[in-house]
Amino acid sequence: MIRFIAIRLIGALAVLWVVSLVTFALFQLGPELSHTSPVYYYIGRVPFPKGSTQLKLLEHRFGFDLPVWQQYLEYMKHLFVGQNITDGVSDPVHCSAPCFGYSFRQNELVSTLLVRAAPVSISLCIGAALMWLVGGVTVGTISALRPGSIGDRIGMIGSLAAVSLPIFFTGPLMLLVFEYKLKLLTDPQYVSVFSDPVGWLKSLILPWICLAFLFAALYARLTRSNMLEVMSEDYIRTARAKGLDRRTVVIKHGLRAALTPIVTIFGIDIGTLIGSTVITETVFNLRGLGYLSIHSITTQDLPVIMGVTLVAAVALVVSNVIVDILYSVIDPRVG
Amino acid sequence: MTSTPLAAPVESATAFLSVRDLHVHFPTDDGLVKSVDGLSFELDRGEILGIVGESGSGKSVTSQAIMGLHKGSRAKISGTIQFGGRELISASEEDMRSLRGAEMAMIFQDPLSSLHPFYSIGDQIAEAYLVHNHVSKRDARKRTVEMLETVGIPNPDKRYDDYPHQFSGGMRQRAMIAMALICEPKLLIADEPTTALDVTVQAQILELIKELRTELNSAVILITHDLGVVAETCDHVVVMYGGQCVEKGLVDDLFYKPEMPYTWGLLGSMPRLDRGRQTRLTPIPGSPPSLINVPSGCVFHSRCRFTDRVEGDRCTTERPELLPCAPGHEVRCHIPHAEREIIFLEEIRPAIEPTEELPT
Repeated sequence: MIRFIAIRLIGALAVLWVVSLVTFALFQLGPELSHTSPVYYYIGRVPFPKGSTQLKLLEHRFGFDLPVWQQYLEYMKHLFVGQNITDGVSDPVHCSAPCFGYSFRQNELVSTLLVRAAPVSISLCIGAALMWLVGGVTVGTISALRPGSIGDRIGMIGSLAAVSLPIFFTGPLMLLVFEYKLKLLTDPQYVSVFSDPVGWLKSLILPWICLAFLFAALYARLTRSNMLEVMSEDYIRTARAKGLDRRTVVIKHGLRAALTPIVTIFGIDIGTLIGSTVITETVFNLRGLGYLSIHSITTQDLPVIMGVTLVAAVALVVSNVIVDILYSVIDPRVG
Repeated sequence: MTSTPLAAPVESATAFLSVRDLHVHFPTDDGLVKSVDGLSFELDRGEILGIVGESGSGKSVTSQAIMGLHKGSRAKISGTIQFGGRELISASEEDMRSLRGAEMAMIFQDPLSSLHPFYSIGDQIAEAYLVHNHVSKRDARKRTVEMLETVGIPNPDKRYDDYPHQFSGGMRQRAMIAMALICEPKLLIADEPTTALDVTVQAQILELIKELRTELNSAVILITHDLGVVAETCDHVVVMYGGQCVEKGLVDDLFYKPEMPYTWGLLGSMPRLDRGRQTRLTPIPGSPPSLINVPSGCVFHSRCRFTDRVEGDRCTTERPELLPCAPGHEVRCHIPHAEREIIFLEEIRPAIEPTEELPT
């Protein structure tokens, strides 16, 4: 078991290292390879043409004149040790590890921006994930127990509709109904769960429902098909032959087996979603990682883009490791 | 082959298990599948009944009908199943549930797929005990370990916590038997219990079933397509074909005086060590009938080599009745009894009995 976890962790670290290489290559070297100066993407469109002394000085300050491998080492060093950032005029800003650099566009440390945005995304994803997991699995199980029944048809048509409705449709619709017509919520703003749990809940309930609605539909269909398959397995017949009641057969023997593959997908979905809830964030005016990434891309804010990419990658890798470990606990054949 | 001659089965409602005119039909999109069509047999405690037939002849469907496992499915069941004085077909699911595992238990063909991969062997067996007995988990564990020991699993206390994938095939089937017998059922149905096992393990498992039958005085239904297993184990035999019983009787009747052409075919296709080495097995030509469009007349007529022994076209137009030809021996065939005996003695037996040149 410990060996299994250790192997997974080493694998995860290797993946993260590759991600850091690729991120570095794409974003930091990309401009250089396309013969524009990375300075433009770093501090803005300075009025110095490429090759001018002023630009060279700027490139020197940010280390873009160093050999590639040295630039990468510097980047990694800043990540793990931190650095003092200076524009040469004002007092240097200390950027402690993990240091993703400084956003000259937003005049803030990238880590500050990330720390502000990440809780929003995490709250959004975890809350929605719990909702869709419970909802989807319940609907899927009920559907699977009586395939072809009215309940099954309502569940499956409902989930088909839910999958087909995009968030930029359901989101504004819900805002219209709950905020503007029923006035149950009045323009909620995101607050930290630790300072105001009720406000936190109010600000997230609608986006949770919207996001969960979409995913619950997928999970309902997945649970249904898994459950149908499992219920025709020989060990379900054994369970019935033992004289177990239907509830025990369905939940202890059926659902247990049907849910195992769903755990994998669930972990990956959460990991992926943490950096990519742009539409939901935009519709509900939440400033999470998705919003941050889109904003930094449109303003060509290179250090922020790299920071968000790395954080999203870490989220995905971490959730995968958790799934792997969880899987070895659930399925005795693994690990 | 059992050598002790047994009394003919008692043809009365006093038998411990009595199946009368059982029909199990499944409506499907392609039509009505008549898996079992008018099956009757009796079985007393301490006896082993073999049900023999090809795949799709209705053997497993019959056993699941007795266990009430078709309840909740689309199967249409009619007839009567009397079990220890109780009528099972009209019984409620809850009544059947309390019988299953306690009074009647079942062993399945593939022990790996029949055990839940995520629960330990011991817990799965103990579950069968806990559901019918109000005992603590500790007592259930103790009982399970005893049971595992009875079926011959070494270190039962340690193996209790193993998962099915950590057991070998034979051990898994032993565990399944332990699960089936933990509540000391009065009826044990073994649905091809040795098909998925290798030959050496097969013999051990059959021996175990026989021992436990003696110990618990249970009635046993052994479903198989292996006549060798029947010869070794059973007292009575029902031969099924196309959802119907085509011949039934004592095991000696079936092996020494079989009268139905299908049984002859089965015997001819059975490998035997005491037969000459050069002797080829004789397969039954053709394939089993569709259970949706059951052939008119005798279900076996399209594959039968002896239809010319019957006057006219009765074989294709008129369904033969299951008629007694000797006490306890019933055959479904239009060929007259005397002629069947002659055909067997003159044409069939020489081909399937041991030849002069025995293997050295």
